Amino acid sequence: MNRERVAGKPRLMVPQTAGFVYCPGCHEPLVARAIAEALEDLGMGDNAVGVFDIGCSSFLLGIMDIDSVIGPHGRPPDIATAVKRIYPSNIVFTVQGDGGLLSIGADPLMGVLARAEKITIVMINNAVYGTTGGQMAPTSLAGQETSTTPGGRDASKHGFPVHAAEMIATFKSTAYSVRCAVNNPYNYEQTRECLRTAFTKQMDGVGFSFVEVLSACPSNWHMSPAASLRWIEESLMPEFPLGEFKNVDKME
Amino acid sequence: MGERMFIEGNVAIGCGAGTADCKAFFGYPITPQNEVTEWFAREFPRMGRVFVQSQSELGSINMLYGAAATGLRAMTSSSSPGWSLMQETVSDLANAELPCVIVNVQRGGPGGGPIRHAQQDYFQCTRGGGHGDYRNIVLVPASSQECCDLTQLAFYLADKYRNPVIVMSDAIIGRLRETVEVEKKEFGPLPDKDWGVSGKGQHGDGKRRVVDHSGDLFGRYASYHDLLYSLNEKIKRMQSDELRYEEYKTEDAELILVAYGYSARVAKEAVNLSRNEGIRAGLLRLITAWPFPYEVIKQKASLGSDFLAVEDSLGQMVEDVKIAVEGKSNVGLVSILDRHLPTDGGMILPDRVLARIKEMHRV
Repeated sequence: MNRERVAGKPRLMVPQTAGFVYCPGCHEPLVARAIAEALEDLGMGDNAVGVFDIGCSSFLLGIMDIDSVIGPHGRPPDIATAVKRIYPSNIVFTVQGDGGLLSIGADPLMGVLARAEKITIVMINNAVYGTTGGQMAPTSLAGQETSTTPGGRDASKHGFPVHAAEMIATFKSTAYSVRCAVNNPYNYEQTRECLRTAFTKQMDGVGFSFVEVLSACPSNWHMSPAASLRWIEESLMPEFPLGEFKNVDKME
Repeated sequence: MGERMFIEGNVAIGCGAGTADCKAFFGYPITPQNEVTEWFAREFPRMGRVFVQSQSELGSINMLYGAAATGLRAMTSSSSPGWSLMQETVSDLANAELPCVIVNVQRGGPGGGPIRHAQQDYFQCTRGGGHGDYRNIVLVPASSQECCDLTQLAFYLADKYRNPVIVMSDAIIGRLRETVEVEKKEFGPLPDKDWGVSGKGQHGDGKRRVVDHSGDLFGRYASYHDLLYSLNEKIKRMQSDELRYEEYKTEDAELILVAYGYSARVAKEAVNLSRNEGIRAGLLRLITAWPFPYEVIKQKASLGSDFLAVEDSLGQMVEDVKIAVEGKSNVGLVSILDRHLPTDGGMILPDRVLARIKEMHRV
């Protein structure tokens, strides 16, 4: 009988034998799976290098079976720049949190945007710092209680949530900028397709590509996984609408 | 026989890196090292190698981290304030055991300081500079020729130990124009670099490669203790095998000057002047600021020599000389306060050193 594999765990995921590092209900492993599937869809798993940031993204080192680099907090865009310049035909991508990219990592982000680096940045937007215990992030919502905004984020003191995908779309060097989510199977499949598009932009040498993914952090939101799904739809999505903000085949 | 060129030390560093098969360079504008970055911007693209002008020194050092993670030879260059900015990642490079070369063409400090010469980064270069326990080999050229040769050596030592190597120059050595013979140096065999990332399908065994800066979290070492033990063993090997220095008229010297970089050339002239006056002075010139020749100095101290540190700072290297003599000899200092002018153009000149030699000789 001729059997074709139509479903199953992506081959680029490391089988988890010991305790799984991510919290119950966390969306980051789903993002990792979508990345692995997108790389497999493109047949590029053998030619991919993932650069993971400090924080929960660093645990991807243990679950994604690809060549990987991890370095100082906030610096994956710099690290990815060098790897991509040395191996231009590889897919080189970073996975970072909202704090890692938009706060401590804002300098290297501006660098790759200014130089039009042909890399992909995947930003996990969960509106808090995860690993360190739920502090305010640049993406925290107005009024959102975090461990460093106990009375809620107050615009007069703490400013406003940063909209990364919209901001990055304004740069001439950006080929592709999108915001997606993995809160249901439909959105998950969309995310996988967006990642394929983002990786294709760098394979075709078009320009910089950016994928922001709204992601649940039940532990730091102090919610159940099910309530977290509702919070994504009712609170995060109105502030951070899903959608494609730029998609071009030529920088100009 | 290599090509003979009349070039500045900063350019000679580029020539040395190019000859040593450096494949990638990352740099950000800062005086007085701009000639280094500009050399790579000019030469590397036409050699088919990677040059990136980074957005900051933080960018440079982290691009260096990424390039070194591929296993290819890579380098960055900066001057004192930029070198300060890099320190976190230098610590990461040491933990991740990534071979690379970092050039620091020192300028004055603290803070913004003057953009002209000084030797005030000795502690920061030799003691690590970043957080945690690590050491880097620090090569200190005193001529354009050494800028070329020691840069080549730096790449070899970085690969040999899988550790960052610092080339610590200064604004005078960097801008001094001298005849240089650019010749490829052979230093011996090196271990394979099959640990570098390039895509897991590119490796002979088809297995993924991981570069991480924690040591024990992802299996490079069995435990934190094993990581520290291994780093310590490496530090001891570097200390015992990579010490380099040059002696000048030290055999019969009653007073031995200790210096590196531009002030070593001033000190050598002062030794000649004092010999003309019948004073038995000599010079121990550092070629590696770390490892430091503690045992050499200790032995000469036990034979009765006194020491005079000559350095263009308030006194940093002099502390290592004091550690080495273990209280058995007098240790003097000619410092940045002994410059011939109070402005940032002031230099330590041989006559000031000679005056101090005479004072110590009377004691």
